[in-house]
Amino acid sequence: MSELNLIAFISIITAGLTVAIGSFGAAMGEGRAAAAAMTAIAQQPDAAPVLSRTLFVSLAMIESSGIYCFVVALILIFANPFWDAVRPALGG
Amino acid sequence: MELTPDTRVLFEFGFIRLNATIVNTWIVMALLVGVSWLVTRRLRPDAPPGRLRNALEVLVQMIEDQVHSVAQRSVRQVMYFAGTLFLFIATANLLGVVPGFRSPTGSLSTTLALTLAVLLAVPMFSISHSGLAHYLRNFTQPSLLLLPLNILGEFAKAVSLSIRLYGNVMSGAVIAAILLGIAPFFFPVVMELFGLLVGLIQAYIFAILATVYISSAMADPKAAAQLENAP
Repeated sequence: MSELNLIAFISIITAGLTVAIGSFGAAMGEGRAAAAAMTAIAQQPDAAPVLSRTLFVSLAMIESSGIYCFVVALILIFANPFWDAVRPALGG
Repeated sequence: MELTPDTRVLFEFGFIRLNATIVNTWIVMALLVGVSWLVTRRLRPDAPPGRLRNALEVLVQMIEDQVHSVAQRSVRQVMYFAGTLFLFIATANLLGVVPGFRSPTGSLSTTLALTLAVLLAVPMFSISHSGLAHYLRNFTQPSLLLLPLNILGEFAKAVSLSIRLYGNVMSGAVIAAILLGIAPFFFPVVMELFGLLVGLIQAYIFAILATVYISSAMADPKAAAQLENAP
């Protein structure tokens, strides 16, 4: 297996793993946060505006860890620095 | 595939290169300044407010309420700063649905610049509000041992703020582009609609987090004394 193929192989597998594991953690966290907010809204319907505002902010903050993983995966696939470093050496 | 608008060079004169990020930032700035200038051009106490002026007043009132409810104090300079951040990021994100326009917030350079502005605003507000000694004491707050961790925390704030905005906006554009290749016509429209919501929420979060960082750095000595005296 040539050097270029090895880099592509490892990058693609790592990108898939990154998104899989990263989104798993973010989804777990978001599910827990949403469940807790729904319990709170069911107990105190009057506080629903404040709760939903806080929920949106915290969901987006939790989601950002998943987004970091997604950015890393996108960089691995579309803008891989190692791939770009090896390719001109091969004259491709 | 272009990940960011940085790679799209629009003009090139010698060593000066204008990429799409800079040009789109100028477009957003021109839009904001132009609309505000048009609306507030004829401000007189006797003239009844028009439709657009009412809309702007509602927007400013909403920003003021949100900042006040988060910061728990009314410092107008914080409101100006956070409101400017919100308006700029929201306009940039919402313009992303216009075909051919790539949001300047989808580039790490823009988001890093905005984050640097927040990072500079935190000590400025803190020092001007409660003095240099208070600001420096904040770094050794639980104990002196945590000084390196507190300094590291400032950089972690910057990284997380900038990459959160960049990742969300950039991933929205990239996912729409990928879906356009796989399932054209209907599904990308749904993702663009979702991108509108995400863009507004990210602008809100950026402004709110800036407010939280600033207002937590400028602790009010009177409020702290009241808290200690409370039963």
